[in-house]
Amino acid sequence: MNAIAYLRRYWQLYALLILPVSYFIIFKYGPMYGIIIAFKDFNFFQGINGSEWIGFDAFREVFAMSDFYKTLRNTLMLNGLDLLVSFPAPLILAIMLYELNIVWFKKLSQTILYIPHFISWVIIGGIVYQVFGTQSGMINNIVTSLGFESIPFLTDKSDWLITYLVVGVWQSAGWGTIIYLAALTGINRELFEAAEVDGAGRLRKIWSITLPSLKPTIVTLLIINVGHMIAIGFERPYIIGNTAVRDYSDVLSTFVYRIGIESGQYTLATVVGLFQAVVGLVFVLGANYFSKKLADQSIL
Amino acid sequence: MRDRQAGRSFDVINAIAILFFVLLCLAPFLHIIAISLSSSRSIMSGEVSLIPVELNWNAYKQVFSDMSMIRSLGFTVMMTVLFTVLCMLMTIAAAYPLAKTKLKGRKIVMFIIVITMFFSGGIIPEYMLVRNLNLLDSIWALVLPGLISPFYLIILITFLQNIPDSLEESAEIDGSSHFRTLISIIVPLSLPVIATLSLFYGVGRWNGFTDTLMYITSPEMYPLQLKLYQLVQNNMVSELMQMEGATGQSMLQPESLKAASVIFATVPIMLVYPWLQRYFVSGVMLGAVKG
Repeated sequence: MNAIAYLRRYWQLYALLILPVSYFIIFKYGPMYGIIIAFKDFNFFQGINGSEWIGFDAFREVFAMSDFYKTLRNTLMLNGLDLLVSFPAPLILAIMLYELNIVWFKKLSQTILYIPHFISWVIIGGIVYQVFGTQSGMINNIVTSLGFESIPFLTDKSDWLITYLVVGVWQSAGWGTIIYLAALTGINRELFEAAEVDGAGRLRKIWSITLPSLKPTIVTLLIINVGHMIAIGFERPYIIGNTAVRDYSDVLSTFVYRIGIESGQYTLATVVGLFQAVVGLVFVLGANYFSKKLADQSIL
Repeated sequence: MRDRQAGRSFDVINAIAILFFVLLCLAPFLHIIAISLSSSRSIMSGEVSLIPVELNWNAYKQVFSDMSMIRSLGFTVMMTVLFTVLCMLMTIAAAYPLAKTKLKGRKIVMFIIVITMFFSGGIIPEYMLVRNLNLLDSIWALVLPGLISPFYLIILITFLQNIPDSLEESAEIDGSSHFRTLISIIVPLSLPVIATLSLFYGVGRWNGFTDTLMYITSPEMYPLQLKLYQLVQNNMVSELMQMEGATGQSMLQPESLKAASVIFATVPIMLVYPWLQRYFVSGVMLGAVKG
């Protein structure tokens, strides 16, 4: 079939692609072109193309900023703590749900536990202030009624870390069970029966059957998480954080927003964003490489 | 016999622990509902935990009499509907051709799309683009930049590839054009996935906050999330209410008003939640199978 006949037959398919491809070019590749302002002394009057080239000057400036290292450290710290706390939570919850034999109770629990995933961070932020507030927050009401001093969950930076982590678990643990529960449906029930015949108790079965069957899922999710170590959402630290705890709550994404959109240092903010994107890409590709290696191992 | 007893007590402890977690999950919502329905006196004195004290509806009356809040809700609904419809049109338009493995040039287009899943320009260049296109402070700034999600696109492509070719081939023999086949055969067959992805897009837009913070400056175009953020953060509820000309309880403790506003913005999500739950779980599975 020659080109003209091919096009005559399939032109409609290409026509359908025109708008979507234009979308990707304009809204995804457009900003990638915009990255060049990291190498320019950008100002709005001269525009992206008219601004002067400055080479790596802005990079030198960013790498000399103490706030850059602080936000980098905070990003890694918050993600690292999340990995310790928020990563095991759905696994434990999923195993508990899997062991639950009352069908209606299990369904109801799942329905309720998934809810926080669909609540926006702004709303969660509103709830957090009511629950963790120092003056009239729900937890501190209980703490003070027991005769203790109220805990500054939102304004002391170490206490704030607890708030940040607890809220993360609350928001993600239920939803995170889905992937584990799906993996668990694949277990052959006969394994459990056989173990019972051998006299294995419930914990023993969990340890020797349930957990090992989840191993590939756990490893994969762990690698994905490590791969996203330097990527951090904007909304959670920005909304739950405040100026009193900025020493810990200021992360790369909020730093970019602060120096870029708020202070108008577009070049510096773009440099930070680019640093994050490039390091993030390296992490993800590295994680992917490891996952392939480990996945092969776990098949063997 | 002893084993069975041990198993039973395990079941009981497990069920109680799960019940505890479920209550822990619900408690913040109950607290915020209780706050929204309680008197300012009882909130101030710290009596309110999970049950309203001195029940009253004043905070809700005030939220509903606040025209800026109602306007914000209207704007958010409009934005979400517009966004979801355009997203689905674009995603379907992209998925149908790209599901055909023999289409020439398919690989290049897929490559162009997949790259964007791993690397992006970042928020400053995106802001520049929106600014240069003169979209700042318009509904389009919140609609156009997110029209196609590569993840959802791949979910739809995978689904379309599982539709038997024979259906399309017979339509083609009958002289049906590609457009016609898409509209009269493919779309009706894909309705469940289309519903799922619409929910993905819709909820994402409804809950989205970062772009509203960056792109919207005039108060009459504040989506609900941005409006709520300012309410909760600024602690300036009464001032805002007075500016909007709301009358009545100016002495109302802002805490109950904040809480009522939070509930106000949560209810729409809770209304679609039964569908969300069902479709989202299947959607995650679709994605997981592919990923």
